[in-house]
Amino acid sequence: MITLTGKRVFSGVAIGKISFYKRSEKVIKREHVEDIDAEFQRFIDAKDIAMEQLKGLYDKAMKDVGEANAAIFEVHQMMLEDLDYMESIENIIKSQKVNAEYAIATTADNFAEIFASMDDAYMQGRAADVKDVSERVLGILTGVEESVVQTDEPAIIAADDLAPSETVQLDKSKVLAFATMFGSSNSHTAILARTMNIPAIIGLGEELKPEYDGKLAIVDGFTGNIYIEPDAKTMDEMREKQRKDQEEKALLELLKGKENVTKSGQKINVYANIGNVSDLGAALKNDAGGIGLFRSEFLYLENDTFPTEEQQFSVYKQVAEGMAGKKVIIRTLDIGADKQVDYFNLDKEENPALGYRAIRICLTRPEIFRTQLRALYRAAVFGNISIMFPMIISVAEVRKIKEIIADVKEELKNEDIPYKEDVEIGIMIETPASVMVSRELAKEVDFFSVGTNDLTQYTLAIDRQNSKLDAFYDPHHPAVLSMIRMAAENAHAEGKWIGICGELGADLELTEEFLAMGLDELSVSPSMVLPLRKRIRDL
Amino acid sequence: MKEMNYVVNDPEGIHARPAGLLVKKAAGFKSKVSLTKGGKTVDAKRILGVMGLGVKQGEEVTVSVEGEDEDVAMTALEEFFKENL
Repeated sequence: MITLTGKRVFSGVAIGKISFYKRSEKVIKREHVEDIDAEFQRFIDAKDIAMEQLKGLYDKAMKDVGEANAAIFEVHQMMLEDLDYMESIENIIKSQKVNAEYAIATTADNFAEIFASMDDAYMQGRAADVKDVSERVLGILTGVEESVVQTDEPAIIAADDLAPSETVQLDKSKVLAFATMFGSSNSHTAILARTMNIPAIIGLGEELKPEYDGKLAIVDGFTGNIYIEPDAKTMDEMREKQRKDQEEKALLELLKGKENVTKSGQKINVYANIGNVSDLGAALKNDAGGIGLFRSEFLYLENDTFPTEEQQFSVYKQVAEGMAGKKVIIRTLDIGADKQVDYFNLDKEENPALGYRAIRICLTRPEIFRTQLRALYRAAVFGNISIMFPMIISVAEVRKIKEIIADVKEELKNEDIPYKEDVEIGIMIETPASVMVSRELAKEVDFFSVGTNDLTQYTLAIDRQNSKLDAFYDPHHPAVLSMIRMAAENAHAEGKWIGICGELGADLELTEEFLAMGLDELSVSPSMVLPLRKRIRDL
Repeated sequence: MKEMNYVVNDPEGIHARPAGLLVKKAAGFKSKVSLTKGGKTVDAKRILGVMGLGVKQGEEVTVSVEGEDEDVAMTALEEFFKENL
């Protein structure tokens, strides 16, 4: 068995024979020509045919993989008709009196070189596009047919790299997975693989040899491994992994687009918790109805200094736009306790869980808080953003927050910067104190979201990091459930909605009880959205 | 001649797709449309040039329009940048 590791592009497990993509070789020779006008016309004619082909590919890609992915073939057409590109070819043919093939190949190399030398991974990937369009014209001129994978049974397609036009021409029913020697995760091959939901690994290097053609292999898109001629043990493990993955995907497909409604007709919103912009894809893929908790901490944790208003604005805007009008609840910074950041210069504390953290930092260091609020109110223009404040224990805190908000809005108004006037605001219910005064708090805010992890730790006085206490810890402790019920009753009494964004929300043993309490929303990790939907629909 | 400065907001910068859209938009006007970043100026009607600028998020570009329909072109381009970039 040979094991190779590359970069994973799309998860999933594929088992099958390797079919190595053989590209027909075009040998380009520099030849002297006399009639340079006729030679240039040869290029123009071939280019026109190529344009027609690209239009066809655009239509095909549009049907197969959607407009966003098809757009590259429109860009290809523009590249082919680009005046810099055409002038370069004309110039080489006419000044050097050489054949069109040579002029095209030289021009393609020059432009590819420009892109490849840029310090931007995405643009480096575009070098392949210039080559791809040029190859097409060369193919027409030299009469060498474009190569297509010839395989009767579905196979793992291996290659050095695949051009977008090559991937789109593959018969999808015959492709189990992609494995390439080169390419970047920004290449169109990678993008298309993701859209087509096919496991793919790129960057396997030259260890992936053409002589593996026809051999049995396993592509594990979860780890980035490819096993060539796998042993029996690996085969069994991978079969099991594949079965589980397929089961999950089947569940997902079946439940996508369905309502979160019980048999008796009770509805509840199921949202997703995310901790970074990159989780947005998972939330959408799992059909979350919104984002119930967007932890803004990563902005602070990933930086060496305070993130600027612009940095934050662009992230919040991206998430709001990505969810296209669905609710996105962003929690203001929850630094402190177990989440420490050097540049905040926080003192060491005896008891960090009960210490200087979250809203307590925001209210004593308002400059940090104001920057975040400005970014949030500006980004709210681009979607359905709600703001949520952590670690609240009193009505006075909420009033103080509202004063700061009013002030920030006034400031934005005076600076003539667009912002949204009415943004829904809510608080986390994660301290016993907030539960006890929840009736009063409900008068001040638009919604509650219960953070069950902290609420449990504070209610039971059990440090969850301490494994010695496991025997005393009961996640379903009646005191915690009572707290949630009380907060729900008080929220509803004031006509406000309440949800859960802690781990308990995903606890399927409690779903029935939460529905009985009349909770309006449960926010869980993206991968739990559909299992939870299934549970709700079974009740 | 009309000119405007614009700071690109799109996280991906002017990548292939918006570059294509920009070229299409610019090609719709008779005026000469050019794009400048860091002292390098390219014809906004040529996609390889536009992509070759490698404009990233947070970078400022200058758009200049010169010709008989420069007023209409500038208004349209301003709108285009705000909406797409």
